[in-house]
Formats: sequence, C-alpha cells, structure tokens
Amino acid sequence: MRTAFVNQLIEEAEKHPNIFLIIGDLGFNVVEEFARRFPDRFLNIGIAEQNMIGVAAGLAKEGYNVYVYSIANFPTLRCMEQIRYDVCYHNLSVKIVAVGAGYAYGSLGASHHATEEMGMLRAIPDMVVASPGCPLEAKMITSISANYNGPMYLRLGKAGEKQVHCAEPASLKMGDILEVRKGNAAVPAVVATGSILHYASEFLKEKSIDASLYSVPFVKPINREHIKHLAETYNNIIVLEEHQKACGLGSAVVELVSDMYANGELSCFPKIKRVAIDDCFYHLSGSQSYLRNNANLMLTEEMFDTNL
Amino acid sequence: MIKDSIILANEIRKQSLGMVYRAGASHIGGALSMADILAVLYSSELKYQPNNPSWDERDRFILSKGHSCVALYSTLALSDFYPLSDLLDYGKEGSSFLSHISHHIPGVEVSSGSLGHGLPFATGVALAAKTARKDYRTYVLVGDGEMNEGSNWEAILLATKLKMNNLCLIIDYNKLQGYGRTDDVLPLYPLKEKLEAFGWNCIEIDGHNHDEIKEAFLKARQTTDKPTAIVANTIKGKGVSYMEDELLWHYRSPNEEEYNKALKELEK
Repeated sequence: MRTAFVNQLIEEAEKHPNIFLIIGDLGFNVVEEFARRFPDRFLNIGIAEQNMIGVAAGLAKEGYNVYVYSIANFPTLRCMEQIRYDVCYHNLSVKIVAVGAGYAYGSLGASHHATEEMGMLRAIPDMVVASPGCPLEAKMITSISANYNGPMYLRLGKAGEKQVHCAEPASLKMGDILEVRKGNAAVPAVVATGSILHYASEFLKEKSIDASLYSVPFVKPINREHIKHLAETYNNIIVLEEHQKACGLGSAVVELVSDMYANGELSCFPKIKRVAIDDCFYHLSGSQSYLRNNANLMLTEEMFDTNL
Repeated sequence: MIKDSIILANEIRKQSLGMVYRAGASHIGGALSMADILAVLYSSELKYQPNNPSWDERDRFILSKGHSCVALYSTLALSDFYPLSDLLDYGKEGSSFLSHISHHIPGVEVSSGSLGHGLPFATGVALAAKTARKDYRTYVLVGDGEMNEGSNWEAILLATKLKMNNLCLIIDYNKLQGYGRTDDVLPLYPLKEKLEAFGWNCIEIDGHNHDEIKEAFLKARQTTDKPTAIVANTIKGKGVSYMEDELLWHYRSPNEEEYNKALKELEK
C-alpha cells in the first residue's frame, strides 16, 4: 500500500505544485524518489511529531497541501492535540499518512500497533478518515486527497498487500462504500475496512460462502445512501476491522444506522455484529495474521449460518 | 493608525484594561508585559494593510500566548483593522472575541490558547516563504512559561537546520508563569545562552524600551543565515503599579476602583 501511495503521490505532485511531503525520519526505501524529484517540496523534519504537524499546518496556511508521513501512532496519537487544534480547527489541508495500520508491525509490540487512532481522529470535526483495503484503493484515495482541500488521515497497511478488487472500481468518491462481491442477500453481508478486507475475501472464497462483501475506504464520512442500501438489503451485517471495537468502523456503522432509524430515514434496523479488538492490548510477539487471530479478528462459518 | 509607538503602547494598555474590566476576564498581566512589543511591531516593524488583512505580501505575526489576547485585539483595533467599538463585544455571549486569540478576527493569523503551538506553526509559515521565494517575514511572540513545552524546542532545532533568517521569535520574558516564578517552576535560565547553543542569533533586550526593541528587529532583519530570538526582559503587569510583577494578575480582573486607578496611572 505504501508503494501505491507514494507512486500516486509522485504523479499528483507533478500536477499539483503545492504538494509538500514531510517525513518524521521514517520512510526508508519509500520516499527517496519523491525527494529526488521534488527536493524543494520535501523535508525530513526529524523525530519530532508535534513540530511536524505544527509546521505542516503553517505550510498549509500558506497554500500548500502537506503530507506528513510516519508510522502508526507517531503522526497521530503522539501529536493529536496539534492535529485537532492547528490542523482541524483552522481547517487546513494537511494529510496525515500512517503506515502500519492495525497489527501490520506485529512483532514490534504495542508501541507500533495502530489500533485506536481511527476512533480518535474521526471524533475531530472536519477530519476525513480514509482506510484503504488494498493497494488499488490506496492509489485512488491518494488521488482524492491530492484534490481535497482539508484535513485527512490516510491509514495505510505496509507493503505487499494483495489486490482485492477484480477491476478498478469505476469511480470512488469520498464516503463511498464499494461492493467487492455480490452474494445472497439472505446471508449476512461482510463490511470491512483496511487490509483485513483481503482476509475476508479469501475466507468467503475458501469456505464457499455466498455472502456479499463490501469495502469501506472511508470510515468518515460514510455515504448515508450507501448505508441505507446495506441496512435495507441485509438483515444481518458483520463489520470487520483491525481496530479497537470502541469508536472504530463498527461503531460508526451502528451510530449511523441508529441515527437514521431514529429519525425515520430507515424503517428497519439490521443485526450488526462487530468483529474488532475487544478493549485490550496484546504483548505477544507474532506476525500480523497471528495477532489478528489472537485478537479474534476472524470470521467463522457459524456467523453465516442463517438458521441461527 | 498610530505611528508613535509610545502612544500606541499606552493606548493598548488602556484598551486592554477596559476589556478585562468589562468582561471580568483574566490574564491582564501578560497582556501588559507585551504591550510595548506589539506597539513597535504594529507602528513600524510589520508590513500590513488593515483593509486587506490577507494581503499576500504582509508580514505574518503569530501570537502564541493566546491568553494575552486583549493586547492584540486592542492593537488591531488601534491599527484600523476594525473599529475600537468592536472591542466592547469582548467576552460577551456569542462574540467572536474569545478569551484566547481567535483567527476569526481580522488581522489574526492563527488561533492559540494551547501553549507551544505558535512557534512550530510559524516555522511552517516561514518555510512556506522560503519554498515559494516570498519576501514576507514571520514573527512569533511566545510567553516564557510556554518555553516549558517541548514542541518549541523541536521547532528551534528545525529553524536552525533550515537557516530561517526570515523567522523572528520574541520571548516575553516576564519571569512569572501559572503557578510561580519561571525559574522555580521549570528553570529557563540561562535562556539566551541556551538559544545560542541551539544555533540562533539571540538578542537580549529591555522589552519595554522601544529603541531597544526597534534595534533588535533591525538586527534580526540583517541576519543572513540564522533565525533570531529576541529575549525581551519584561515586567508582568507593566504600567500599572499594583499589578507589576504580581502573579495574582495572571488571574484577577480589576474591580471598578482598581480599574480607575490603573487608568489614572496610564493617563499621567
């Protein structure tokens, strides 16, 4: 995903002379080409994330579209107040790019597990939260971000994620939910965000489960019409994410469906099962898939048993 | 617009006192300590157009000690950004004149209130000028207590690396912060030497002496390869005898008798 991101960013920087990239002393073997091609619009600001966001906000105030790039919690939680106040309160065009979503840096431990930041960021007014499910989505989201004048978070996986979509979706707009595969409406539909989307896709294929699968590339905002369609089509929805259960995608979906049901936009309220991290840290070494299993971020055949 | 900085400083003090008195607001001490610096900035140092606050060639001034906002709100009114009568709104329900400086007021570049934000932000603004090859200068005024914040020292390291001679940091060194003496809470001394060790051009002045303030700004403009920090030794509550160097006036608002006494002192 990070390769898809940086390649698209280079393409956008050719077209948009106001794109500026700041790294927090991370990005080895990722950002070199950008730095070589746009030396005046590239800065390694050192290991100083509060300053990184403040400087990005100052540049954005003067008309730059500033990308800050670092790992997991460093460009997000570490400098959350600068994000809230300098960037979002002033509604400035700063794009926060974190690699290592969820347990992507599995064995590096809790310091490197990005498992709360979507919730924290989506609570801040004017912040867009993007969470691509595959390199193709990462590319499309990067393109959207280059043309969007406002604060945005890009939650990337790491490297080597597989494509999930058979073909490039015809279009992607901010807030869209993408259909990955169409299944039987009587079977619970899976709604996922981030690179765990690929796991869901493979699981349904392997187990020959005729369930629909949707990707949510934007945890905020979410297109209301798309949610309405899901809620009216499926009696059962499973929301899967590599994030704490509190305040992640599952929360966002439940909140939106509840609000729409309460104000009459929806006349039905499907059962929504949230598969997410259950309010705990993990301190075991392991790969991303090991840690996902350990945290029960798994689909089971029983979840799709419509007789239940 | 008042071109005499001494007269402007006195007017800033009077207007600021009126604002906190009417609103029952805090933070008059830190507003009075920086009044002379603002007066020199807005009477002669800064390039700006009050009828066009976003003029591209303007110098950028960022107030990081946003709690001392009344002095800047007053300065901007006295510099014709908006009528003085607008200041009567300060602290009222629904007013845009918040008790920490607000960028929704004409002439205010950035909101502040959380400390340690102004200098990193200003460093980005100055970097934008370097990158786009623009001539504006960036000034940022911080409190001394605010120098406790690590974010400031991150920016100080960066401005040296980037040879930001277009950035001027002014530290309102009144030596009092929220809960006591700056050097008791978290010692800054020796501040000038610290900044020099970080690679800055550092000028220490009497922050109430307008000639010294002007001279420091001139030297800052003449510096070619370094950012400049002006350590302005000031007195919290300067200009009102019973407020001077008293921590109490970080918090208290003057009553009618105290307000009248203060005005009388300033009208001498």
